[in-house]
Amino acid sequence: MKEKCAIEVHNLTITYGGAPVLWDVDFELPAGQIIGVIGPNGSGKTTLLKTIMGLLEPSSGYVKIFNQDLSKMRERIAYVPQRESVDWDFPASVFDVVMMGRYRKNNLFKRTNKIDVEIVEECIEKVGLTEFRDRQIAQLSGGQQQRVFIARALAQKAEIYLMDEPFVGVDAATENSILNLLEEMRNTGKTVLIIHHDLQTVSDYFDYLVLLNTRLIAKGTPQDVLTKENLTNAYGGQLTLLAKVANLIKENQFPIREKDVDL
Amino acid sequence: MICINSSSALIGSFAYLRKRSLIGDAVAHSLLPGICLGFIMAGEKNMIYLFFGAFFTGWLSTYLVDYIVNRSKIKQDAAIGIVLSSFFALGIVLLTFIQNGVYTDQGGLNHFLFGQVAAINKDELLLFAVVLAVIVLSIIVFYRSFIIVSFNSDYAKSIGLPVRSIEFLMTSLTVLAIAAGIQALGVVLISALIVTPAAAARFWTHSLGRMLVIAVVFSVFSGLVGAYISYANSQTPTGPWVVMILSTITLISFIGSTKRGILARYLKARNNKSKILLENILKAIYHYHERQDRQKELNLSLAPAEILKVRRFDTADLRHGLNQLIRRGFIGYRGNNYYLTEEGMTESKRIVRLHRLWEQYLLKRTSIDAFHVHSGAEAIEHILSPEIEKELEKELGISGIPTEDF
Repeated sequence: MKEKCAIEVHNLTITYGGAPVLWDVDFELPAGQIIGVIGPNGSGKTTLLKTIMGLLEPSSGYVKIFNQDLSKMRERIAYVPQRESVDWDFPASVFDVVMMGRYRKNNLFKRTNKIDVEIVEECIEKVGLTEFRDRQIAQLSGGQQQRVFIARALAQKAEIYLMDEPFVGVDAATENSILNLLEEMRNTGKTVLIIHHDLQTVSDYFDYLVLLNTRLIAKGTPQDVLTKENLTNAYGGQLTLLAKVANLIKENQFPIREKDVDL
Repeated sequence: MICINSSSALIGSFAYLRKRSLIGDAVAHSLLPGICLGFIMAGEKNMIYLFFGAFFTGWLSTYLVDYIVNRSKIKQDAAIGIVLSSFFALGIVLLTFIQNGVYTDQGGLNHFLFGQVAAINKDELLLFAVVLAVIVLSIIVFYRSFIIVSFNSDYAKSIGLPVRSIEFLMTSLTVLAIAAGIQALGVVLISALIVTPAAAARFWTHSLGRMLVIAVVFSVFSGLVGAYISYANSQTPTGPWVVMILSTITLISFIGSTKRGILARYLKARNNKSKILLENILKAIYHYHERQDRQKELNLSLAPAEILKVRRFDTADLRHGLNQLIRRGFIGYRGNNYYLTEEGMTESKRIVRLHRLWEQYLLKRTSIDAFHVHSGAEAIEHILSPEIEKELEKELGISGIPTEDF
């Protein structure tokens, strides 16, 4: 192998209510790059991220982080959920939320120490929210809330960062500052995996792309992935046959794989 | 009372933040069959049996609600409705069965329906104290876990927390608090102790720690006052009084809270309205000068009728506004006529300027018809801050007042 492999997704299938959301998806992602996951709505992007994070159980296949099981790698991988996935009216300040990034399975009963506070302050500064440190999170703009989530992930001091649509509802200036931050992270050897929906900016932002539409359509450098044929395959409704089969499986509660077939 | 109220207020706050407030209601109703089963098994009113019976069915009901939500298309509200009524019906059936049966010492079982504080004995008081201690200890020990699971459970799972166990613990503590309080408040009212203190406290603070404290204070206060009122009027039961006082506190919070109350919002709206009126009068006076080409001097005295020629005001509003402006030193009054003071001149220039800067900005940066620009600037001029004024200046490269008016 040329480069170190950060995430290996092996023949992954996830079903929801019987229908496949991800279907036989298989790829390896290089470490130390900014990687984009793109695909139309409902193509399984969020599902993929949640499965890598161990939030969803695969129907078949597995995920490895740096060639290890996720359970051993928890502390080296950080997750930024979609901003809309939480209620921002929760009574907490920016500092409180970023401090969550310092929580570990084994330090939940301890009080926060000086080093934690320093790291949290540093991460808040990196995303440019120092003046809002004690602001209640409901009183932040969408872009600021997004940056709070990113700061929380930074505070985890991980090596792999998974971000679900960090550019949604974010103004151009914030998008730029987030991007600079990502590049800085990459330059220190971090791997960043980002779900993105804006095809216009894809080739500027990412070193490596994964194009999904339930199945893996293409993977590789932006030049390789962003061909007309790949994009039509993913977005152009050329996969109606695939959708029809998925529907059939759902309606008949059919198993998606025969039990004795080897993966 | 104090124990029950603080227990339920504390753990209820987390239920509230997890948007699981209604669960309290489901649990409370589902305790009834458990209490009856406990009674049947013990053959008498044995506190331990009743308590564990209640805990068991109460917990089972929350499990069922979650199961239905996860495994079917039924949403949580419907699931709660289904589970709540089935358990309660079962409870009533069992209760009737007991009352018609051979049990001699069945006294007080129907207290669980509507609650009866006076029926509580010493052993039960001890039980309440234990429940409170368990809840307080758990919250202290698991504070971080509770927060993170309540705020963002996906994230909690992503850092490897045993989210299911933590949720199980929170649910169990809720059931525990309800089971302890049910004899005092009854199945219908107990859910008020879970939801209401948290909801009222949320109006007063943005910090979770303070919210917990305030919720407890509200709840204990209602408990004590409610108990006192019912003691003073011995005909009335305690539970309803407690809940009524709690609800009053919530209502007051809703209206009067400094941060989110409707009173604060109303005052703000009134304030804005008055600000708009005053600034519009100043602007009209400026325009009047402009018509006479005297905008440099701004030194004419004019009667209200002349202001009304420039801009239509409600006459009562205008009189009120002029008086306000005199009191604030923006205008002076001389022989039935009004004139601008030094401050008034500066202020009127500022407003006209903001209005026209905003018009220019809209024209430059957006594709808006010149015809519509004026109405767009009409409201905005009153909220533009000095910082934004500076930015507008810089962006448009305009100093002084633009003469162009739309």
